Amino acid sequence: MTVELEIPYNVHARPETGLYNAKLGVWLFLASEVMLFGALFSSLILIRTSAEHWPRGWEEGLNIPLATLNTFILIASSVTVVLAWANFRLGNVKRGRLLLLATLACGFGFMIIKTIEYYAKFTAVPPHLPSTSNFFALYFTMTGLHGLHVLGGMILFAYLSGPGFKMWEKEPERYVNRIEVVGLYWHFVDLVWIFLFPTLYLL
Amino acid sequence: MAEKRQVRVGREWLAPRDAEKALREAIRVQKEQERHHQLEHHPLGFWRTYVFSTDHKWIGLQYGFTALCFLLFGFSLMLLMRLQLGWPGHAFSIMKVLGETRAPGGNLLPEAYNQLGAMHGTIMVFLAIVPLAVGAFGNYLVPLQIGAPDMAFPKLNMASYWCYLSGGLVMLASFAAPGGTAQSGWTSYPPLSVIASQGQTWWLFGMILLITSSLLGSVNFIVTIIQLRTKGMTFMRLPFFVWAQFVTSFLLLLAFPPLEAAGVLQLMDRLAGTSFFLPSGLVVSGTRLMNAGGGNPLLWQHLFWFLAHPEVYVLILPAMGIVAEVIANNTRKPLWGYKSMVFATVFLGFMSFVVWAHHMFLTGMGTAISAFFQTTTMIISIPSVIILSSLFLSLWGGSIRFNTPMLFALAFLPMFGIGGLTGLPLGLAAADIHLHDTYYVIGHFHYVVAPGTIFAMFAGIYYWFPKITGRKMSERLGKLHFWMSLIFINGVFFPMFIQGLAGVSRRLYDGGAQYAHAQPVLKTNVFMSVSAWLLLIGQVPFIINFFKSIKWGELVDSNPWQATTLDWAATTSPPLAHGNFEHLPVVRRGPYEYSVPGSETDFIPQHAVTGEEPQGGGGMLVQSAVAQKEA
Amino acid sequence: MSEHIASEHVSAEEAIADSVVPNPMHHNDPEHIRKEIRVYLTVFGSLAVLTIATVAVSYLHLDVRWAILVALSIACVKGFLVAGYFMHMLSEKKLIYAVLALTVFFFAMLLWGPWGHHYDTFGR
Repeated sequence: MTVELEIPYNVHARPETGLYNAKLGVWLFLASEVMLFGALFSSLILIRTSAEHWPRGWEEGLNIPLATLNTFILIASSVTVVLAWANFRLGNVKRGRLLLLATLACGFGFMIIKTIEYYAKFTAVPPHLPSTSNFFALYFTMTGLHGLHVLGGMILFAYLSGPGFKMWEKEPERYVNRIEVVGLYWHFVDLVWIFLFPTLYLL
Repeated sequence: MAEKRQVRVGREWLAPRDAEKALREAIRVQKEQERHHQLEHHPLGFWRTYVFSTDHKWIGLQYGFTALCFLLFGFSLMLLMRLQLGWPGHAFSIMKVLGETRAPGGNLLPEAYNQLGAMHGTIMVFLAIVPLAVGAFGNYLVPLQIGAPDMAFPKLNMASYWCYLSGGLVMLASFAAPGGTAQSGWTSYPPLSVIASQGQTWWLFGMILLITSSLLGSVNFIVTIIQLRTKGMTFMRLPFFVWAQFVTSFLLLLAFPPLEAAGVLQLMDRLAGTSFFLPSGLVVSGTRLMNAGGGNPLLWQHLFWFLAHPEVYVLILPAMGIVAEVIANNTRKPLWGYKSMVFATVFLGFMSFVVWAHHMFLTGMGTAISAFFQTTTMIISIPSVIILSSLFLSLWGGSIRFNTPMLFALAFLPMFGIGGLTGLPLGLAAADIHLHDTYYVIGHFHYVVAPGTIFAMFAGIYYWFPKITGRKMSERLGKLHFWMSLIFINGVFFPMFIQGLAGVSRRLYDGGAQYAHAQPVLKTNVFMSVSAWLLLIGQVPFIINFFKSIKWGELVDSNPWQATTLDWAATTSPPLAHGNFEHLPVVRRGPYEYSVPGSETDFIPQHAVTGEEPQGGGGMLVQSAVAQKEA
Repeated sequence: MSEHIASEHVSAEEAIADSVVPNPMHHNDPEHIRKEIRVYLTVFGSLAVLTIATVAVSYLHLDVRWAILVALSIACVKGFLVAGYFMHMLSEKKLIYAVLALTVFFFAMLLWGPWGHHYDTFGR
């Protein structure tokens, strides 16, 4: 007697929905992330509109050139992920894996620049800390939470290009799906930064 | 014309490329099954089977058992509070369990009373009811009812349970924190919560773990219900319970993250010295706080209630789902207005996101915003009434079986009715001015959650106990449990309305003894406290029944209630350890085909093939249905 | 060739293969993927240009209202490009739109609620 054990639509799409399980799952997760960052943006709107004076980013010494560079890095990493996904589907395994590593490197680059920025704030005289003002409270909380998301994405890419790469040999389609799903998450992290960058630095 | 060439796979004609894929999937599935087959001969070890299990049924049981323990724990905190409220200033030796710092010589201290209150609310809502309603019932039943071999992401499911348990343990550990556990109410309003002792920080970490747990769970439920419905199980053939879980999961998914964000902000306020919730110039105990200021305590209230109002429906919807199943089964009739119930549930879920500020009418909110939230609040009562009316109307003309689960389900209807209707005056800004933060509010939401949701949970436990164990719980003890619970729970909560209308505030350490306006209704405090302790005694038959029946309960066949849904009709009781179904059943009809005219049996399982539908195959199932009727 | 494979396994796995339809999102023929890659690179170019534009505008030190309008408009276009092409939402199934429409609505409520409360207060 065999028992039905295999979970359906783990790899291929269910016809009516056109989605495999993990892809629907990651979209739902992203919907909840929208609400998470939404609450932070909501706090920013309320605190900013009710403040008597709200500084523009450059007035508080935020480093716009460095942040612009970080924006480029994140956008580039989004491109490398979709290119990796495309290349794995084309069967260009080597190039695909290189592109994954490139994404990981972009993540590192972003975090290093972020660290430099934070370090400059902490060592300024007088130091700019979260407790200094609500502007810096929001700046550190929002970029900090975003940074944690970048870190999470880096762990995923390190896994996919390292120990998780074994799956390509046995179940290539499932592996490609994983790249797609992690890619979706990574684009979302990019998307959040696209809104964080102007609201914190430029406005 | 090479592209037009098609290959037959199964019953479908596909392009060669697609056919190849279909076959690869088929081969993958076959390999997986072989692997699982091997596993059956080399069973998983103790740890993988009983502790770090990925099987939805075992995870459901883990959730259920843990949640019941927390339910009892939360209840016992309330019992201590009731002692204090009934006889303020009196020393009780049982209070000494709280330790010398909280109850020196058996006299409860005010700050300890606050701790009990905050943790009673937190534990009951986040650690007992939601995990029981969603984690336990949802996990165990949803895959069985939709004909799925497991949840869509079994490992995520396991992670969800372990996040929940860690969150619960952090909450428990917070009792040992210096200064005691959280004491700012289950709502943790700043600025008090920001300047409270260290226990609040533990509370926030615990909440973040619990939120993560429900997030993982809700993604899993939604994907499972959308993707893993078996063949023929269309959305309009889902048992109402599954619909309730589906909408509940969306509420958890989209309403919880704002509280997570708010939790992070409050942690920043407490640990990094920010002022998100602290206004400028705040003076605490005569000294001005040296914070940057500019924050807004109302921001927390908005973010908190953005979660906590949908959370109310998270508490009630699964209960309605359970009651619907029990009522349809025990009236031997289809649910009255299944479709309108489903649409009402979806609408209810949607509306629950746009009513939250009716908790904040007294925060200086202007007329425009008040009018908006008051209107949406009145609108949301409509779908609730539709569901409740449909359930009442379902009783009409049924040949009702008054067994224990049905008694609890029947009691749910008027109890939830009282809870719901007393909510209407609270939703109107003018009436709320008088009733806000009085015992009336306490009575209102406890009627919804305690004799409402918890009774539905009891109905569910009595109803699905044979599914889980293959044995029935004792009817005699069950009925004793039911009548004692029904009488005493009303004794606890009904006088609260009277106290509240007289203007007695909630969260008073002495139950209102120091207020002149509370004097006429003060006697009811003793009545409520006695009822609460008698309610505890009323639970003893349940606890005995529960453990006794696991071992010595009456043995039953697979479908002792002659139910139609797949969880009963298409599997054994208890179900297979791995994978639920020998073959995934194919569903042919709606969930409540009871007493169909002209049918041989008074129920037709969702997957049974009858003579009228000549789609072929599976005639055996009718025979088994008939055989079960005869048995 | 593929016909041969098909008949070999079908009978045994009929029930399973019956329900399997390849993922319609994966247009796996190489021609199509190469086209996709060109789209990705174009989108990358546009995002880069828009980033430069938004930073350049910020150096003009516009009045806050105008600055917010310009910067958020540009951010929305960038967000649309990322969601539409990188996350291939433009070619996604309706189901996801339904989930996201709900989310966007609740997101808007969440932004409006606290702010609306602040501007509609007794005693202002």
